[in-house]
Amino acid sequence: MSGNMNLTLKVWRQKNAADKGQFVTYKAADISPEMSFLEMLDVVNERLVKGTQDPIHFDHDCREGICGACSLYINGRPHGPKQAITTCQLHMRSFHDGEIITIEPWRATAFPVIKDLAVDRSAFDRIQQAGGFISVNTGGVPDANEIPISKVVSDEAFNSATCISCGACVAACKNASASLFVSAKISQLALLPQGQPERYRRAQAMVAQMDKEGFGNCTNTGACEIECPKEISLTNINRMRRDFYNAKFFKEEEIN
Amino acid sequence: MVLDSKTPQGPLAEKWNKYKFDLKLVNPSNKRKFTVIVVGTGLAGASAAASLAELGYNVKSFCYQDSPRRAHSIAAQGGINAAKNYQNDGDSVYRLFYDTIKGGDYRSRESNVHRLAEESVNIIDQCVAQGVPFAREYGGLLDNRSFGGAQVSRTFYARGQTGQQLLLGAYSALNRQINLGKVEMYNRHEMLDLVMVDGKAQGIVTRDLISGEIESFAGHAVLLCTGGYGNVFYLSTNAMGCNATAIWRAHKKGAFFANPCYTQIHPTCIPVTGDYQSKLTLMSESLRNDGRVWVPKTKELAEQVRKGQVKPGDLKEDDRDYFLERKYPSFGNLVPRDVASRNAKEVCDGGKGVGTTGKAVYLDFADAIHRLGKDAVQAKYGNLFDMYYQITDENPYEMPMRIYPAVHYTMGGLWVDYNLMTSVPGLYALGECNFSDHGANRLGASALMQGLADGYFVIPYTLGDYLAGIGPKPVDTSHPAFAQTKKDIMDQINKFLAMKGTKTLDEYHRDLGLIMWEYCGMARNEAGLLKAKGLIQALKVDFWKNAIVMGENEEMNMSLEKAGRVADFIELGELMVDDALNRKESCGGHFREESQTEEGEAKRDDENFAYVAAWEFKGENTPSELHKEELIFENVKLTQRSYK
Amino acid sequence: MGSLSKAFSSTLGRKLIMGLTGLFLSLFLVIHLIGNLQLFKDDGGKAFNEYSYFMTHFLPIKIVSYILYISIILHAVYALIITARNKKARTIQYAQYNGAANSTWSSRNMGILGTVILLFLVIHMKTFWAEYHWGGLPYVQYEMSLENPNVVTVTQLPFEGKELVHAEYVNVQNKTEVVVAKDLYFVVKDAFSNVWYVILYVFSMIVLGFHLYHGFQSGFQTLGFDHVKYKPIIDFAGLWVFSIIIPAIFAAMPIYMYFAQ
Repeated sequence: MSGNMNLTLKVWRQKNAADKGQFVTYKAADISPEMSFLEMLDVVNERLVKGTQDPIHFDHDCREGICGACSLYINGRPHGPKQAITTCQLHMRSFHDGEIITIEPWRATAFPVIKDLAVDRSAFDRIQQAGGFISVNTGGVPDANEIPISKVVSDEAFNSATCISCGACVAACKNASASLFVSAKISQLALLPQGQPERYRRAQAMVAQMDKEGFGNCTNTGACEIECPKEISLTNINRMRRDFYNAKFFKEEEIN
Repeated sequence: MVLDSKTPQGPLAEKWNKYKFDLKLVNPSNKRKFTVIVVGTGLAGASAAASLAELGYNVKSFCYQDSPRRAHSIAAQGGINAAKNYQNDGDSVYRLFYDTIKGGDYRSRESNVHRLAEESVNIIDQCVAQGVPFAREYGGLLDNRSFGGAQVSRTFYARGQTGQQLLLGAYSALNRQINLGKVEMYNRHEMLDLVMVDGKAQGIVTRDLISGEIESFAGHAVLLCTGGYGNVFYLSTNAMGCNATAIWRAHKKGAFFANPCYTQIHPTCIPVTGDYQSKLTLMSESLRNDGRVWVPKTKELAEQVRKGQVKPGDLKEDDRDYFLERKYPSFGNLVPRDVASRNAKEVCDGGKGVGTTGKAVYLDFADAIHRLGKDAVQAKYGNLFDMYYQITDENPYEMPMRIYPAVHYTMGGLWVDYNLMTSVPGLYALGECNFSDHGANRLGASALMQGLADGYFVIPYTLGDYLAGIGPKPVDTSHPAFAQTKKDIMDQINKFLAMKGTKTLDEYHRDLGLIMWEYCGMARNEAGLLKAKGLIQALKVDFWKNAIVMGENEEMNMSLEKAGRVADFIELGELMVDDALNRKESCGGHFREESQTEEGEAKRDDENFAYVAAWEFKGENTPSELHKEELIFENVKLTQRSYK
Repeated sequence: MGSLSKAFSSTLGRKLIMGLTGLFLSLFLVIHLIGNLQLFKDDGGKAFNEYSYFMTHFLPIKIVSYILYISIILHAVYALIITARNKKARTIQYAQYNGAANSTWSSRNMGILGTVILLFLVIHMKTFWAEYHWGGLPYVQYEMSLENPNVVTVTQLPFEGKELVHAEYVNVQNKTEVVVAKDLYFVVKDAFSNVWYVILYVFSMIVLGFHLYHGFQSGFQTLGFDHVKYKPIIDFAGLWVFSIIIPAIFAAMPIYMYFAQ
């Protein structure tokens, strides 16, 4: 192993959901600044396994910043000290030799810890299942170019659609609110003409599910926007509010 | 056994339509009496699960990720092809078919590829209706670009994340069916085996990756949509969790594995920086439109560059070797993926590579910046440059980029017939995990197309034919085959957990990857492959003796998960080597050194190798049996590729 | 009504109540400020006491004042409800939390800021509002020459066991306009002769400034008002008008009163 950084890691270890959990300190010696943060953890894990200790569990998959699996809370910030990237895109050169790095899981009641740093984010799936779709069956749809969409609107919908459901917004929010995530999903479809027929039903259904999952209230601190690896804008939340109020106070669609 | 591809008779353009009419249908009121198991939730899996549930079937859907939306289809950047001809530039279903057959170096089935081209147009309609935000023109209509050297602009895209947007579309359709109760979703469940009842696939055994519970599920048919096996090479552009376990264990239960040695190596990836490297990141090959590929002319100069004694920008033109431009004057830096990749590896193996490891070549934008201006280059490639800078901490506007080839896609996979059914009745394979449509080399922007065509528009028709045939007799897990399979899996897990050796699973995986990359990668020869076979066999013995597996079954256990996957990769690796040994021709993505033209270019051997090599598992440590499906070309004329 | 109560019991609905009440209270601050500017008039408190009478006796304003009381209560109660839910949404806190990296201090401490303001309000209302309504204040008489409005005679009316009444009339004999009013001005003067009181007020206005720095623009967002075209205007007003100018003028009053004595 080549590398010249020596680090101290304070890592949250928790055997399972029922376990209380605690911080355990590890020395990470000979770390290369070229490593990604997760590769650094791989190296630590390899050494743990060689010493017949249980490796540190964390979620990760694509390691190129798009799948949204990785989810580490590093030194007080989701995805670590840099902006607009996921944990897997963070490199060790963003830290300095001798640094103490605290690694925690996303903390939210709606994201219970499964093991160590891996949390259960299925609440996000359930919110999407409640209404994050356009009800079209396969086949029998119009030709793609029969629905012209203004480039401005399409681009804005795309901006919302870039959300990777990592949950950093919830992790960053002091209230553990999921508003940025939910509103990005609502926005994408609310902006597009294809999403209009179910627009107000969707907003209500998804907000209701969000509330049911036990996320906190949005108090507009803006932390989510800053920490979002895809730089999803706060304006989505306000768009969600407009649709929700509109639905509740002025529209016929009514769902519980 | 004769492999029956079930290719319909009749003219190419009418085969699919006529076949759809000939297929048996399941009575609408009977559909709810059938259960279909879908493993994997990428483009193929999510689209199949949603479409089948819409038809009325009960679907059980499985993925190893914590959410179906994270399947690795999400990482596809470039785009998706469709023969819409929106640009009026001469595209057609036939042209897409032709390009795909030719691009696959004439190693795929005409009928399948034509069907793929036909369905491509429906995919775009479907995705737009779901709200996929494809790039648009100011007039509000869809934008297209030319991709991967295609002569027409037929690629639809959503900035650099077409895969994510398409997957989110399919995922939303899946979510709708979950909400309606037609799909039961099992996240963090890994399929560990196939259950066979009376010679038919009738269920699967899974491990709950949180609790460790081994469960079995019964269904009238099982659809594998589990993606490619590029991680055999350890380093690839695949996600860390991508594995071959589902298809490999299905293979061991009787599904033939076709063309395992067909892998695609992508030329423009960010190079390895050290042993700890866990994966490789792809950058769009559009970079080669303006970047020039070079290495220092001599080994000595390369050595100086590697040591940092000489900066690349300071090397004089005469001291540089623009090897692609030199060898392929007419195509230059735009030669196909396989040619670019092979040449890059060659120069690095010859000691002229750059970067600290010597395993990289330069992709230089200095000329482009000089010619077009920095702003124009930024507008075109800004996001890619940013990504590169993020990973390497080097500014590509000032320093040439370093690139190196990486395993990207596997064309091989489970053998399927025209219905996408494997050689096991009731077992289907969709998307990258089957072998069907890309021959020996896949064209850019075709993988997404195939995954969605299989899931949205092929399987909903062809599956019905099989189900109508077997009838809605209830299936459940009470058959002894379920208990037996569960026990076999439990035994294997206990065997893994007892392994307390000295070498980590990643070390074995890395070793396997090096063997595969060195001897069964872009260029192979018989001696190397034979050596690889020996090395893999020795690795396998060592693995079962000396590997360390941590923890217990009843918990989240990444060590145990990895153990099964690595064990399967090792076995699959050996089969890939067998297949590569058998295929004594150069074709598509790989170069068999014994089969080259006088100019040193790939030489295909249509006389002897115009067939699909489908391998049958014959038992542990027993040679697999080769079955050949002859490829018949009635519509296209086979030509030799040349890029000189 | 069932559906409306459902709407208001969602996280978005509850915040809507916070936003609406908060913005209403902000608007009230402007009115309150304009009224209180009378304190700076060197007229022995005449304008101020007249204004106090008007505010407590003009029916539409009385109605608005009840809305105001309800708003304060709702704003505080919903703050509690919302905070309780937020606490429940994260029961295990981070060991290391770097909120400063992604949000303003104000936005993270609205609850504390609001609590300080609420405590201040209790003191403030006890000192002035409750005194004015039930405190049995002394009365004051202003006699203003009709010929020369600058000549005003101020007479403190002694409390003689029986509450006086507010009166405005013209004394034809003396050619003066006479106003008899409850002397709230006296109470204000009295209060702000105490330096601790002045410090409390100035401190509270600083707290108010921080509260509004986040609260004003946040209220608009909560209502869904957010557009590149007018968001900068809201942000500007939130910063300069509501978190700096208004609290500063409010804070200037006790200081002025203290030093004017």
